[in-house]
Parts: sequence; structure tokens; C-alpha cells
Amino acid sequence: MAQARGWLRRYLKAFCKGFFVAVPVAVTFLDKVACVARVEGASMQPSLNPGGSPSSDVVLLNHWKVRNFEVQRGDIVSLVSPKNPAQKIIKRVIALEGDIVQTIGHRKRFVRVPRGHMWVEGDHHGHSFDSNSFGPVSLGLLHAHATHILWPPGRWQRLESVLPPERTPVQTEVQ
Amino acid sequence: MSFMKLKAISILLTVINFINNNKKSGQWWQSLHRTMLRRALGKTFRLIGYTIQYGCIAHCAFEYVGGVVMCSGPSMEPTIENSAVVFAENLSRHFYSIQRGDIIIAKSPSNPKSNICKRVIGLEGDKILTSSPSDFFKSHSYVPVGHVWIEGDNLQNSTDSRSYGPIPYGLIRGRIFFKIWPLSDFGFLRDSPNSHRFSDD
Repeated sequence: MAQARGWLRRYLKAFCKGFFVAVPVAVTFLDKVACVARVEGASMQPSLNPGGSPSSDVVLLNHWKVRNFEVQRGDIVSLVSPKNPAQKIIKRVIALEGDIVQTIGHRKRFVRVPRGHMWVEGDHHGHSFDSNSFGPVSLGLLHAHATHILWPPGRWQRLESVLPPERTPVQTEVQ
Repeated sequence: MSFMKLKAISILLTVINFINNNKKSGQWWQSLHRTMLRRALGKTFRLIGYTIQYGCIAHCAFEYVGGVVMCSGPSMEPTIENSAVVFAENLSRHFYSIQRGDIIIAKSPSNPKSNICKRVIGLEGDKILTSSPSDFFKSHSYVPVGHVWIEGDNLQNSTDSRSYGPIPYGLIRGRIFFKIWPLSDFGFLRDSPNSHRFSDD
């Protein structure tokens, strides 16, 4: 009986020790380095979730790449939705601070992106809730950079950073 | 005297024996090096491991629970003096329980690397007076969904939502609830001196 109790105590101790190491390390890794997420919705077609695919795509989100809030035009990024803080959205960066962008269905026809902001759009125009409806978003809402499609296995690929030629900003800020 | 001599000889013999033994099985200094190297490597790895572990615990604490923050700048006087040290908690952000009148720390909308410290005046859907109170024609604006309207307590010397508009909730980092420094101000925070700025509904 005493032996069993000793064993149990040792087991609990080891478990607690492992728990207090593993959980913070895992949480920090997922917050700071990389995590995976399932993409829902059709806003990024045809890059993500193309029609006809039975399951939605799973992407790798790289947090480490955007730790200094550095993004390029054409990158696919995830950000906290400005309308609903509990939701993350995934969009393509179209313009950075200082650029002038031609909008689609926004209040103003041309918008200059203010300092510390970016202009994001879904690839599927008209079916995407993006900067054309809520305006330029602050870089502080940036969550991660989507670099790879991981699932389904047939669609495993790198997500290239390409800016659709027809959506190039009218005037870009020279950096 | 003879006893001492005997002891010295015996120690010498042991040392020679030790060296000879190790010579037979390899070079004794090499094995000594190896054990030292192994010990040093083990120590280094343990140190790295502990650093990572405590770094991760610190990150989790600062990200999800809260921490000590230093506020600088005149925009929150007289509630928070320039370069005051305060406690901030991040739980109410995670549970979406930020109220009107709370003092928050948020990322600056124009520069994500810097933080700002302001008071929440309006939550989503609130009506905010955007013109000065003495104006004859009053202009109001509504805070959009998912945004908050923030203002400093020092209305004359504060860059806030009156200049850049409402900020998204996602920029909020934490809520300040306790002042530590300066010691004369130790304690919980005072209510806003600009209570007329709060909307009635």
C-alpha cells in the first residue's frame, strides 16, 4: 500500500513537472513561431479552397516572419478581423503604407494607405469581406504570414507571394 | 615522523598507480578531458533548457495574465503621471469584458511597435460627441462594430481617437488596474475627470 502511494506520488510529481514545461513551451511556440489553421470560406479562391475540392485547406501560419511587422505586397497574411476581434481572416496584402490604391466598391475611388496600415483584399473579388468594405487595416492586427498549404496532401505547395497585375497599386511608395 | 613519511609515500603510490592504470587503458589526461567536456556540455544544455523554459513561462504570463508596465507621456495626466509604473492585466481582453471607463494599453494604430495608454470612452455602437462642447452645431459619430473609442484624460495634450478615429478591438493589449509608482499615488485608479465625455446610452 505504502509502495503504491509512493509510486503514485512520484508519478504525479513527474507529470506536474512535465506539464509545467510542456504547456508553456507549446503555447509559446504556437504564438511566436508557427501554427496551422483551417481556411474557411471562399474569399481567397482560387489560391485557397478552390471550388470542387471536398475539404477545406489547412495552411501553415508563420508568426516568426512577421515579428517585426514586415510584409511585402502580394503576401498572404492572416489578421484579426477589425469587425469581430474573435475572428481571424486570411487575405492578400495589396498595398503598404504610402501607396495609392484603386478600390472596388469602396466609398472613395482612390485611397492613400495611411502610415502603419496596409490594404488587404481577398483573391475572390465580390465574395470577400476585405479592405474594400472596412478600409485600410492597422499593421498591429497582423497575425501571421501564410507560407504553405499542408492539407489535403494533393495540394501541398508553397504559397507564392504574387500581386495580381490588375490590382497593383496606382502609385507605390519607394522605400 | 615515520608515520608522516609513510603516509606521503602511500599517497604518492596511489597517484602513480592511478596514472599507470589510466595509461594502460588509454591516456589518462584524455579521459579527464572527456569527463570535463561532458560535464561542461551537460551544464550548457541544462542552462539553455532552463532559459527556454522560463522564457516560455514568462511569455505566457505576459501574454495571457498580465505584468508590470511603465507608462510615459503626458496624455493620461492627472490619472497616470508621466513615467508611472502600473500593473496591467490581459484577462479582460481575452474574455472581451472591457468596459467604458477602463484604462487600456493598445498598439498604436499608426505604429504597431509602440504602445499607447488611453481610456475607453465608447464601445461599439455608442454615440460620441466629436465637436467641441462649445460649438453650436454638435456633431456626433457612432463607433463601428468591433471598435472602441479611446481618449486620454488630458484632453488638451493627447493624440487619440479624436484625431485618428476609433481603433479596432484587436489592437488592445491589456487593462491597467493598479498603480505602483510613484508611491504617493499607490492604489487603484481614479475615475475619469472627463465624465461628460461618456455617452449616456
